[in-house]
Amino acid sequence: MLWLIPALPLAAVLLNLLVGGRLGRKGVGWLACGAVGLAFLVALRAVLRLAALPEAQRTVTDTVYTWMRVGDFSADVSFLLDPLSAVMALVVTGVGFLIHVYSTGYMAHDASYRRFFLYLNLFMFAMLTLVMADNFLLMFVGWEGVGLCSYLLIGFWYTRPSAAEAGKKAFIVNRIGDVGFILGMLILFAWGGSLNYARLFAVAPHVFAVGSTVITTATLLLFLGATGKSAQLPLYTWLPDAMEGPTPVSALIHAATMVTAGVYMVARTHVLFQLAPVSLQTVAWIGAATAVFAASIGLAQNDIKRVLAYSTVSQLGYMFMACGVGAFTAGIFHLMTHAFFKALLFLGAGSVIHALSDEQDLRRMGGLAPRLPWTHATMLVATLAIAGIPPFAGFFSKDEILSSAFASGNTAVWILGLAGVVMTAFYMFRLYILAFRGQPRLSHEAEHHLHESPPSMIVPLAVLAALSVLGGLVGPPMQEGGHAFARWLAPVFAGGEHAAAAHHAVPMAVEWGLIALSVVVALAGIGLAFRVYLQDPGAATRLRERLSGLHRTLLHKYWVDELYDATAVRFVHGTARSFWRFWDTKVVDGAVNGVGYVFEGFSAVLRLFQTGFVGTYALFFTLGVAALFLHLLRH
Amino acid sequence: MTPVPAPQLIALDWWALGAVIALSAGAMLLLLLEFVPAKPGSSRAAVLSLLTLAISAAAVFVARDARRSIFDGMFVHDGFTVFFTLLFCAIGAVSVLLSWDYVRRTGIHHAEYYVLLLCATLGMIVMAASNDLITIFVGLELMSLGLYVLVGFRRAHLESNEAALKYFLLGAFASGFLLYGIALLYGATGTTSLTRMAAFLSESPLRGNPMFVAGGLLLLTGFAFKVAAVPFHMWTPDAYDGAPTSVTAFMSAGAKAAGFAALLRVGLTALGGMPAEWGPILSAIAILTMTVGNVTALLQTNLKRMLAYSSIAHAGYILVALVAGGRDGASAALFYLAVYSFMNLGAFGIVTMLGRGREERVLVSDLAGLGFRQPLVGLAMTVFMISLGGIPPTAGFMGKVYVFKVALGAGLVPLVIIGVLNSVVSVFYYLRVTVALYMQEPQGEPTEVSWAAPAVVALLVTLALTLWWGIQAHDLLLEAQRSVMGLL
Amino acid sequence: MREYIPVLLFLLVAFGFAAGTIALSSIIVPLRRNAVKNSAYECGVVPMGDARQRVAIKFYLVAVLFILFDIEAVFLYPWAVAFRQLGLYGLVEMALFIVVLFIGYVYLLKKRALEWE
Repeated sequence: MLWLIPALPLAAVLLNLLVGGRLGRKGVGWLACGAVGLAFLVALRAVLRLAALPEAQRTVTDTVYTWMRVGDFSADVSFLLDPLSAVMALVVTGVGFLIHVYSTGYMAHDASYRRFFLYLNLFMFAMLTLVMADNFLLMFVGWEGVGLCSYLLIGFWYTRPSAAEAGKKAFIVNRIGDVGFILGMLILFAWGGSLNYARLFAVAPHVFAVGSTVITTATLLLFLGATGKSAQLPLYTWLPDAMEGPTPVSALIHAATMVTAGVYMVARTHVLFQLAPVSLQTVAWIGAATAVFAASIGLAQNDIKRVLAYSTVSQLGYMFMACGVGAFTAGIFHLMTHAFFKALLFLGAGSVIHALSDEQDLRRMGGLAPRLPWTHATMLVATLAIAGIPPFAGFFSKDEILSSAFASGNTAVWILGLAGVVMTAFYMFRLYILAFRGQPRLSHEAEHHLHESPPSMIVPLAVLAALSVLGGLVGPPMQEGGHAFARWLAPVFAGGEHAAAAHHAVPMAVEWGLIALSVVVALAGIGLAFRVYLQDPGAATRLRERLSGLHRTLLHKYWVDELYDATAVRFVHGTARSFWRFWDTKVVDGAVNGVGYVFEGFSAVLRLFQTGFVGTYALFFTLGVAALFLHLLRH
Repeated sequence: MTPVPAPQLIALDWWALGAVIALSAGAMLLLLLEFVPAKPGSSRAAVLSLLTLAISAAAVFVARDARRSIFDGMFVHDGFTVFFTLLFCAIGAVSVLLSWDYVRRTGIHHAEYYVLLLCATLGMIVMAASNDLITIFVGLELMSLGLYVLVGFRRAHLESNEAALKYFLLGAFASGFLLYGIALLYGATGTTSLTRMAAFLSESPLRGNPMFVAGGLLLLTGFAFKVAAVPFHMWTPDAYDGAPTSVTAFMSAGAKAAGFAALLRVGLTALGGMPAEWGPILSAIAILTMTVGNVTALLQTNLKRMLAYSSIAHAGYILVALVAGGRDGASAALFYLAVYSFMNLGAFGIVTMLGRGREERVLVSDLAGLGFRQPLVGLAMTVFMISLGGIPPTAGFMGKVYVFKVALGAGLVPLVIIGVLNSVVSVFYYLRVTVALYMQEPQGEPTEVSWAAPAVVALLVTLALTLWWGIQAHDLLLEAQRSVMGLL
Repeated sequence: MREYIPVLLFLLVAFGFAAGTIALSSIIVPLRRNAVKNSAYECGVVPMGDARQRVAIKFYLVAVLFILFDIEAVFLYPWAVAFRQLGLYGLVEMALFIVVLFIGYVYLLKKRALEWE
């Protein structure tokens, strides 16, 4: 029955393709939402059944068919449900369903309504394939599938040049990461002999020595793939540009699900990463660096979606940081809570943009709280959650990451994480204040059309807000034997986590201290934001002038895009051009055309034999027989 | 002379003969029904033909696991027979679907058309199922006579008459060689039964006997004519071009498969695997066939002629599998034949749909811009061309992969290199069709498409199989491997 | 192969004789051509019209049909001789054969292939 979960959205895609034109807008919306909703219910039922099994047996596989089998190599289309993929499947279908419902309202007036849901359902199919695959190859199929859908949806409004450019950028940058993924996969297959998770992980400890070059290379290459998909340093640049896509897409693909695929992949392959301490260190450092780096850029952005995009990059950094210090449970925990509140933030931002007739600049917002009560309330919840204020969801998961980092003894990483917390609290509340509080700075036109969003958009916001409040309660800190969420994931991370848990045991007092510290730090960030942007309106300007160099750097995102353009892009373009000018048009085309002319010449000659006279044909026939006999006579 | 024991009526396994009986009965019934007046525009003949083919396929399918030898070993029912009977029934059925509307709009709608089609199918089945040179010859003639008439079925067209006459004359010529080969083999071994010939050969190796070798070669010549291998191919473009397009589709798939079926059975059963001295000869024919077929196709402007040369080239690829020999070579050949039949039927099937009424559009340039006006036609044609060119993810690609893999396994590196080069050349003219479909503007009046439900069904079936076997080739290959098991 | 030598000799003599006479006659023949001599020889009668005439298709049809049914008779004869040995099996087989031919015969009649005008 597992196959049904990805198959349902796929069926909706096919139906949409075949009869979508006759269904009308309403029908298309129902079809798309219904399929995803049904997939969620099926997933829920499967997970409940899984939970009913004894802990050690919580792995269900469902082989649909064997795609090909060549020698030892077999590629199965086979789905796996274990506690980890259960979490992912529920998050993907659940949040996905809410966003589908939201989209029926958000995209209601778009001309390409049907195409939008076609892509969105196709994405669901690919994403579910990715998280439920039981081998690397099928995961890669999903991995590429979500990449394709991401490309299609970023460039959804393809008549806009910037959207088309952004789609292309996302695709190309991801391709760089994919090279890593493929190479890593090939190395694993070459040494491990299988691409099936269970088989590969079973033999891995025997095949690969801890810290050996092979496993380090393989995991680093896999991680390169993850940095592409999950927008980590140095391949993060595509994600902020991806905001050109419709806002529900940003919420679904570029916040809640697809970008977390890298984290999922690292968690899924934790057995391999734990054999390569160097790789784990790299993951932790890249994660922490990205968390701070992206958060700092977020401080100065003025586009509401771009702030959220950098925030996503930063939060993904936290998840990698968790994985890097061996706290995979914390990473997945944060993945889940982040899916709730970040989807909510994007959808809320979408609601704001929708209300303001497509205005995205924070400088032309303000004072929206009374005008958009529902959007405001839910956004506030999400902002508190991401800032890490108890008892909201983000607090629990982020705190667990920070305390794990501290406990692992990697103090530098921990300090970076803490710095990120301040910045997160600051830029999120900056966003909140600029949008909802203070004096309205709306344009006249936006003011005129200002309206709260329809129920189809508000209801998903409310549900996500509830999840952002309650979602963290599955994992409160300081539970004997781990909290509920950790116990659920324990069968997957068994072995690895235990080792980590051993030196996790920090004294109770220290743990309380850490919690207090992170809350204080977050509150400091919030306080600063309130002071600068609400109480003292001049403060922001003064601050900007005082730190003008820093501000310009942040506003221009450290000029990383320019750097890439000046080096890699220009180099590739230049090389490509010279290849095209000389190698391709002269050498390759020349050779190809030359060969073509030669064969056409032959062809013209051979045609002459086809005279149309039966006698000639019979003659050739006889000559053929004669040739055969002559050949025999010679032997 | 030992007295022939009186055969027993009851001892026959009627199920094993089911396909043959059904087809004969269906054909005769159809012939008689001609005199029961039907409503104008009735599809009686086509429906009855489909029914006959379905019963025939069902009969052989029911008895698919049985292994029988009937009529003193002249007719065998084994995996090989089952594979080819099903293939021929499928080819026949697709051809009937393609003919359904085509024969009407071109004004050749007579019950005899379907009778002859069924008879030719019957002949093909007999060729594949025979274990005796005489019955093979009977099957071959049954198939050929039906095809000669079908090729000339457009009586009002000079080209059609010319094609039929050429095909008939050269076919008779080739049959003469074949029959002479059978006679020599009989003279050398004293039997026409393939099994007894094998037994005789194992007792007294005759490898060097000139009569035996000459007989084998003449036999090879006869079959090479049927599969259109160079230099016995010259009839192909003319016959394919002049014949009604639905007949071209039928014969390009069926006659070729039947020729290879008979050649494989004779080669593997009677001659104990392809004789060693055939190796260089078959290689030479394969190289010539691939190269001449592909290179001549390059400059063709007529779609039917182009596909005719392409079908010659494909015979060359299958010959590569035969050179490799053995069970692997045979199963690769079977796989390729099945795949080739459907993609070729699909490609010709699209040609049958081009044009309205009596008008037929068969030039490559007639396809200009059609891909956008008729997306299904454009897509299907593109897939068939890609598949014929051997590009993944289509069945044609998997076919080439298996054939070349087997050939590499047999150490035929030069042959494989030539084969791959030939595939590259072939892509050039296959893609020209795609270019015409999507990148050219129609000159003059744009081509209309005659839509008809049966033809669309045929198109979808061939399209689906071409794609399915490109993704999921494993099952078909297993089937092909199982089918040749009994032969060696 | 020794036993075939007389055959070979016979062939050589036959070809030699034919070739020899033709050669001889072409050497010694007096060459005096005229229109009558160059025309086709038809039992000494002056030929009328061109010898390359179209023959009505019906002649071919009748000829082919004659062969078909003649073969039937040829097959029936040995069966009649061995009737007792072949028994029921032979009877059924021959009945099938005749039925098939008979269907063809009915078809011919209905298509009026046997009517001359």
